[in-house]
Amino acid sequence: MKAIKLSSKILSLFKRIVGEENVQISLAQRLAYSYDATAMYQSMPEAVVSPRNTKEVVEIVRLCNSQKIPIVPRGSGTNLAAGTVPTFGGIVLLFKNMNRILELDEENLTLTVQPGVITKDLIEHVEKFGLFYPPDPSSMKISTIGGNINENSGGLRGLKYGVTRDYVSGLEVVLPNGDVVRTGGKLAKDVAGYDLTSLFVGSEGTLGIVTEATLSLVPLPEYKETMIAYYDSLEHAAETVSQIIASKIIPTTLEFMDQATIEVVEDFAKIGLPTDVEAILLIEQDGPQSIVQQEMQQMEKICQQNRARKVILASNQEEAEELRTARRAALSALARKSPTTILEDATVPRSKIAEMVREIGKIASKYNVKICTFGHAGDGNLHPTCLTDARNHDEMERVEQAFAEIFQVSIELGGTITGEHGVGEMKAPYLEWKLGREGIEVMKKIKDSIDPYHLFNPGKIFAKSTKKRVVVESDTNSHTAKDQARV
Amino acid sequence: MTQTVTQQKIRQGFKDAIQEESLLDCMRCGFCLPSCPTYVHTNYDETHSPRGRIALMKAVREGLIPWDDDVEHSFNVCLGCRACEPACPAGVQYGHMLESARAVVKEVKKTGIIEKTVRNVAFNHLFQDQKKLSRATNLLHYYQRTGVQKIARKIGFLSLFPEQMRGMEKILPTVPNQKDLKERGTYFSAIGETKATVAFFTGCLMDTLFTETNNSTIKFLQHAGCAVYIPKDQACCGALHAHSGEKKSAITLAKRNIEAFESLSVDFVVNNAGGCGAFLHDYPYLFEQESNWQSRAKVFQQKVTDISTILSKLEFSNFKLKAKVPVVITYQDSCHLRNVTKVISEPRKLLKSIENAYFVELDGADQCCGSAGIYNLLQSEMSMKILDDKMEKVKDTKATVVITSNPGCLLQMKLGIERSGLSSQMESMHIVDFLSDYVSFEMSE
Repeated sequence: MKAIKLSSKILSLFKRIVGEENVQISLAQRLAYSYDATAMYQSMPEAVVSPRNTKEVVEIVRLCNSQKIPIVPRGSGTNLAAGTVPTFGGIVLLFKNMNRILELDEENLTLTVQPGVITKDLIEHVEKFGLFYPPDPSSMKISTIGGNINENSGGLRGLKYGVTRDYVSGLEVVLPNGDVVRTGGKLAKDVAGYDLTSLFVGSEGTLGIVTEATLSLVPLPEYKETMIAYYDSLEHAAETVSQIIASKIIPTTLEFMDQATIEVVEDFAKIGLPTDVEAILLIEQDGPQSIVQQEMQQMEKICQQNRARKVILASNQEEAEELRTARRAALSALARKSPTTILEDATVPRSKIAEMVREIGKIASKYNVKICTFGHAGDGNLHPTCLTDARNHDEMERVEQAFAEIFQVSIELGGTITGEHGVGEMKAPYLEWKLGREGIEVMKKIKDSIDPYHLFNPGKIFAKSTKKRVVVESDTNSHTAKDQARV
Repeated sequence: MTQTVTQQKIRQGFKDAIQEESLLDCMRCGFCLPSCPTYVHTNYDETHSPRGRIALMKAVREGLIPWDDDVEHSFNVCLGCRACEPACPAGVQYGHMLESARAVVKEVKKTGIIEKTVRNVAFNHLFQDQKKLSRATNLLHYYQRTGVQKIARKIGFLSLFPEQMRGMEKILPTVPNQKDLKERGTYFSAIGETKATVAFFTGCLMDTLFTETNNSTIKFLQHAGCAVYIPKDQACCGALHAHSGEKKSAITLAKRNIEAFESLSVDFVVNNAGGCGAFLHDYPYLFEQESNWQSRAKVFQQKVTDISTILSKLEFSNFKLKAKVPVVITYQDSCHLRNVTKVISEPRKLLKSIENAYFVELDGADQCCGSAGIYNLLQSEMSMKILDDKMEKVKDTKATVVITSNPGCLLQMKLGIERSGLSSQMESMHIVDFLSDYVSFEMSE
């Protein structure tokens, strides 16, 4: 697909739909929407369009459909798999004018919102009413709920509470032909036909544009405790994770950071984390006070049995929040170390976490690249992050090989290539490794039937070609496919 | 993309002045976005965010896009408050890149006529020369004393001026006679035991428009146990110059100050203006090309301290601070005091230690008030948008005194109080003036 130049006639049609002030076409504005949080991906849109309501979205979609103009919906651009980069130009669709919380239904425990609401604002809003929206991606202070829904975002509480999909009970979606579908509703049970809500959640903007969402809420847990455990050995930390899960405790949060990550996080947050330990676990539990306290004690014991150097209980909520905030900054803080940070989110069954951490270490030394690891250890979702320099082509090739091998190992352990960031453009060449040819075929059929002209976020999920599989055993195997990164 | 000669020069200037490494420090996570006042006040326009501006700098540097009016607009709208820096986990040095970019553009392009006039008067005349600034403020003093000000207000003469200038006129402080200033000594001994020897950085605006504040600062330093030197040869800190792309002038001023202060072997160089203090603190960054000066600047940097920090270090609050009348107070951070010098808790602790004064934290105190040097004159629309939003939050505190630590913020808050019609029930004061006017203290010894 080639980028389409928008004529002034088409631009004036966009302006007629959304108003002059909501169509941006200057070079500066187009540049500012040419990237997201993924290293090395950049591509300019032709225009940036900000609709004010569903009706305007429909009109934009119809116009784009008639002119074959690609549409890339974008929240705050915190995507980590190049999911919001306008790969094939076209227009970027912003939701800054559709950012209202529409209704809190305390009788049905639901919240209805527009896509542009900032995730954290939504969380804080419902907490004022004693209700709880659990998904808390690290970018929640910036990300929008629309983005979270399109990416099916996870977060620090995913282990106990699940991910975005588990809390979306209804959607209003504009399809590529301009039809508006409403799926689900304020229902606890609903088996009327295919589960379209689930289909759209995590579809990365490739099937429809979410214009409204109904979220299900749960009661806010009455009590919460937070502790942190320091380890002199990475393995012991990983063992602790497996043992906690095996002892039938499901903590709210069970986060892991290795030494290099701790160092940069401490550099930023300055909260007194020791930089001479090999790993840290951040553990949280919420619920009724007596149960929380009992389980925290049990988990502390497991930490100690696994030779934790020290286990510290946060003395108040401010201290706990400091620890969580520090952990959320991990990825960005790693950028202190090198010009380019490339992050993955290979995920394995949680029983395999120790093995995966070990494998990542081996792969890093095999390819002579620097990989730091942190992540949601409790749900098997790791974030191995490579500290590198995009200008060093030789190293970049080794980085790519290392990641390919990490994907391969993760799949062999029963895992996946992405736990919560999405496929986007970045991981598209590896998707077939996880799904197989048949899996890709089914997805392609769905895509073709809903978006026959591939106008919705083109270039994402489906790759032009799949990477050749790595043969892990050999050191001299072929890693053929060329680096697809642009700019 | 074809570029004009000017655009090519700017691109080359960026290549020389902005390190690629510094730009690459930004990994585009967007953690800075919510901290940026202009991003928030433009309804989340990425072009007016730190991440967007860094991307623009990088794109111009790489030749992906040329420096055009729209790019320039994005940089003009930036307050330079640097709230994005503490928010950035990757430690991106946004403020320094911004200053370098502005300096390049200033060098290559001729500035617009209005801006040029404002700048010319401000930078090349007033702020460059303490005497000229004194003379100008003498005029202002005359204007205020003779009653011309009153008459001008009555006949609505000032309604002929743009809105923000009118507001400015109302909030200008009554300027003291500059003769008194000239007669001030250069050394003040500590009252009681000498706990520290300090040199006082008077600041150009502070010393002429806010002479009383400076005198009170000296008085409090003496009471806190400081022997206070006032070096005669000190100059303007250079902050306003550098923030507006006048980097060369800033460097000249910095050298003068380093020389003036390093000859005195003092423990601290004390200032009472957040903006100046932050710039003095940042002197080493001005000398990336001159290592000798840089090491001298680093020694100087170690000594730079703001008034609330030194008062809390010397435990000034032990003197039983008590407000003469019960008063509700709030505090608006000076962006640079907070984001660059990282002084956050000290002024608050000091204010909270005052008996009879009820401190209410201002929601969003960490966000810029829109003053930002001469930003409120050059970008008045955005500045007023930010200020009016700020005043809504100030109202919620129900405070009668809004306390600040920087002359620019002080004038802006005064303007805000005027604009929102609160002048009968609320005033804005520098922290030192508040201590001086509202608070009594007892010497414990």
